[in-house]
Order: sequence, then C-alpha cells, then structure tokens
Amino acid sequence: MNTAPALSAHPFRRSAWPRIAAVALVVYIVYACAQLEVSWERVHAGLGNAAHFFARLFPPNFARSDLLIKGLTESLEIAILASTLGIALALPIGLAAARNLMPPWFSWPARLVIVAARSLHPVIVAIIFVKAVGFGALAGILALTVASIGFIGKLFTEAIEEISDKQVEAIRAAGAPFASVLAFGVLPQVFSRFIGFATYQLDSNLRNSTMVGIVGAGGIGGTLFAAFQRFDYDYVCAILISIIALIMVGELLATAIRAIFIENATFGDLFRRGAATRRARHVEAD
Amino acid sequence: MARSMRAPELRVWRRFTRAQRLSRFAVYLALVAAIVAALRAVEVIPEFLADAPEQVVDLLTRMWPIDFAHYPAAIHAALMETIHIATLGTLLGLVLALPVGVLAAHSLVPSLPINLAAKLILVSSRSVNSLVWALLFVGIFGPGALAGTLAIGFRSIGFVGKLFGEALDEAQRGPVEALTAAGAPWTSRLAFGYWPQVRPAFWSIALFRWDINVRESAVLGLVGAGGIGMVLDSALNLFQWPRVAMVLVAIFAVVVAAEAVVTQVRKRVL
Repeated sequence: MNTAPALSAHPFRRSAWPRIAAVALVVYIVYACAQLEVSWERVHAGLGNAAHFFARLFPPNFARSDLLIKGLTESLEIAILASTLGIALALPIGLAAARNLMPPWFSWPARLVIVAARSLHPVIVAIIFVKAVGFGALAGILALTVASIGFIGKLFTEAIEEISDKQVEAIRAAGAPFASVLAFGVLPQVFSRFIGFATYQLDSNLRNSTMVGIVGAGGIGGTLFAAFQRFDYDYVCAILISIIALIMVGELLATAIRAIFIENATFGDLFRRGAATRRARHVEAD
Repeated sequence: MARSMRAPELRVWRRFTRAQRLSRFAVYLALVAAIVAALRAVEVIPEFLADAPEQVVDLLTRMWPIDFAHYPAAIHAALMETIHIATLGTLLGLVLALPVGVLAAHSLVPSLPINLAAKLILVSSRSVNSLVWALLFVGIFGPGALAGTLAIGFRSIGFVGKLFGEALDEAQRGPVEALTAAGAPWTSRLAFGYWPQVRPAFWSIALFRWDINVRESAVLGLVGAGGIGMVLDSALNLFQWPRVAMVLVAIFAVVVAAEAVVTQVRKRVL
C-alpha cells in the first residue's frame, strides 16, 4: 500500500454481464417468437379483427339476466363454501407443519400436503374433481378447497414459525397444557395475519370460482365459455362486466373486514373514512 | 393501603369499545349467515358425493400405467411452448407495466387524475382472470400461442405495475432531489435516481410473476390459447386417461422446477 494505485481510465467501469444478458434476452425473444409462430403479420391481421370483435362486444346484452344471476350466485356460493372448508382444513394442517411447535416426523407429511395442494392450478384440480364427483358446484368447491389449503397452509405455517417464543415459554412454564399454549400463546400472535390472508383467499376464491365453470365445475364460468363458443359476444360482455363488478364488491368487503379486525375500526369509522378520503381527494384535485 | 381494604369496585376491563365489539360481531354474523345460505342453496347431488371414492379409484386405475411414450411424441413440444408463453408473456407484462407503474406513483407524477387513470388500468388488468384475457385474445387473434402470450402479458400488467408503483413510492427522495438540483432531465432522474433504488424490488417482482405465469400458462390451452393445456384438453375429450396422467406429471414437474429456479436465482442474484 505504499504506491498509490494507478488511476483507471474508467473508475466506474461497468460489468459486461448486463450487456451479455441483454443480448441473450434479445436472442431468446427472437427464438421464442419463431417457436410460437408469433409474427408481425399475425399481430397486424389480429388488430383488424380486434375492431370487429369489440364492435360485437358492445353494447352488452343483459337480456338473459336470470341465467347470469344464477351463475353468479353459484360462483359466490362456491367461493364461500370453499373458503370455509379450506380454512377449516388448512389451520390444523398449517399448525402441524410448523417446525417450531411440532417434531419433524409430524411436520414433514403436513408440509408435503401443502406443497402438493399448491402445485397444480385450481382449474386443473377442478378437472380431476369433475371426474370424481361429476359436473356441478361440488367439484368447484372441492377444487378451490384444495387451493385454499395450499395457500393458507403455507402462509399460516410461516406465520407460526415467525412468532416470538417468549409468550409460549411463559405459558408452558405456568404448566399449561398444549391446547392452552396454542390458544393463549400462539393464536393471538398470528390472528391479525390470519385475517389478512383469509380475506385474501376469499377474494382469490371468488375470482377462481368464476373460472372453474370452464371445465364444468359450476358457477358462471360455464355460461361464459358456452356464450363465447356460440359467438354470443354481447352476452359475453354482460357476463364479464358482472364478474368484474362482483370481484370489486368482494375486494371492498375484504378491505372492510381487514379494517374491522386488524385496525379495530367500527362500521361508523368505515363510512366516515370513506367520506374523509373522498373529501381529501376533492381538496387535492382542486 | 386503606383503599385496598375496602370492597373492590366491580370494574370490568374490556379491550374493545362497544362499537368495535358490535362491528366484529356483525362480521361474524354475516359470515355465518353467508355460509348457511350458501350451504342451503348450493346444488350438491348426494349420490355423486357418496360415489366419489369409487370414482377416484376408477380414475386412478384408468390413469395407470402413465403413458410415458406420449411425452416425446406431443407433450415435450407443448411443454416448451408453455414455458415460452410464460416467459414472453412475463417480458411483455414487464415492458407494459413499467410506464403504467411510473404513472401510478404519486411521487413521480404528481397529478392525481393521471395516477387514478393508471391505477384504473392496473385494477382492470388484475380483475380479469388470465383465462378471460385468453378468451378475449383467442377471439381477436384466433387460437394459438400468440393469444396465450398476450393474455399472460396483460394479466401481469396489474400485478407488476401495482407492486412496482408501490416500490417507486417508497424510494428515498434524497438522490432524486440531488439530481433535480443538479439540473438533470427527468430521464436521468428516473435512470439514476429511482432505478438503482427499485432495481432489486423490480427483479424480485419479475421472478415472482414468472413463477405464477408458468402455473397459469399451463391452463390457457383449455380455452385454445396454446401450450400444454391444449394437449390436456384433447386427451380429456378423448378420455385418454394415461395421457392425462402424463400431462399432469409434466405440469407438476415444470412447476416444481420453476419454483426451484426462482429460489436459486433469488438466493444468488438478489
């Protein structure tokens, strides 16, 4: 360290890797487009089609609203029941998979169940259940139950593994049985996070329950797919608008539940907060 | 001490106010009512439920032996197509989501109408399921991988844009103010003020979305948008259960492999 290092011409020389990666990316995109037979002509031809397609989507046709409402209600029922059943099953499985509370020979099988439940897309699981229990809402309920077990089980396990040991040790030291350790040491620590992902799962199940009908597992999806295959595009548009409206209402309800349980808000607070943000928006917009 | 000798006042300590308790109770009540209503209304045929174990055994015996010979014949090409759809779709989503995410970030674009318009784009992208996007694009571009790629891309905009916009909003103002003070144009502010701060978040979001897209692109074929789902659909329609089993095994393997790749990349690069 006696001699000062020679000043480089490029003191902040950039690594060559980003450039190599960029070239590799471009090569990949060209290769993949060739593989998928994606070409500019196809996109161009499609764009001409798009105008025609959108012209047929509008105006939406709500004439067969009884079928629409029946499908939406069934989707809603599937989402509610699948979330209930899924959460009820995921809690014991998630608890069993938590490595800080359970011995390894007990947690590994539970972890395996969770990984298996998460690995396949709900629509694919729905195909299997359609074969097992026939067409209809039951297949959808079971498929989304499996998805809920995978998601809630994973997050619940992670939440339990991150809890503080202090409360658990204190309750154990007082001689409490295991059930009391769970009820007073573990569950209070994970309750707010549990509300967070339970509402998220309800929301996610509502989205997927509108889709499982494509493979015959009940809900509005079957009606949507049938209308699409009959080129009944104005009815497709009506169904899509209703699905999006249903999902947005679901999202609002999920936010309200989270506010009540996590932030200890009351119904009055919710309304007042809505008014307050509206007023704030007006002020900011002015 | 004298005070404690008196008969203790009956004082009940409560964690929540009456309004809070009532609100919680109302939510519980509404949930139970919804569950009961759903249970009563849903059309479940009991015979089908009773029959289920038998049918599952039947399904498994039909699936066995798994038709491994079908893998090189048709499944491999479709599987590669699925991965290409997921990857190209993710790239498309990233490219489209970046400008929208920037427009949605209030700290970068201090204009509420533009923020709200960008957020509207993000919300509508997320509210439409990737299968519905696929249906729409199949209607426009015809069946095939192009529709699938666009569906994955458009579904990703909302997810990537929302998380990227939040990362931008959380970025520190210091470097940006320094650049502004030095007279840097907005391109330089973005490239040297914001980008180095949000780069890890960006790659993390991109990897996360790619993992999800690999799962989702496997089902797009059910509506004709290319990939392994189309092989699955035709095998299902022809009741070729050994082939269905092979497709399911292939999808499972790819999903597990994708998750392993994401975990490794996250560990080494991020």
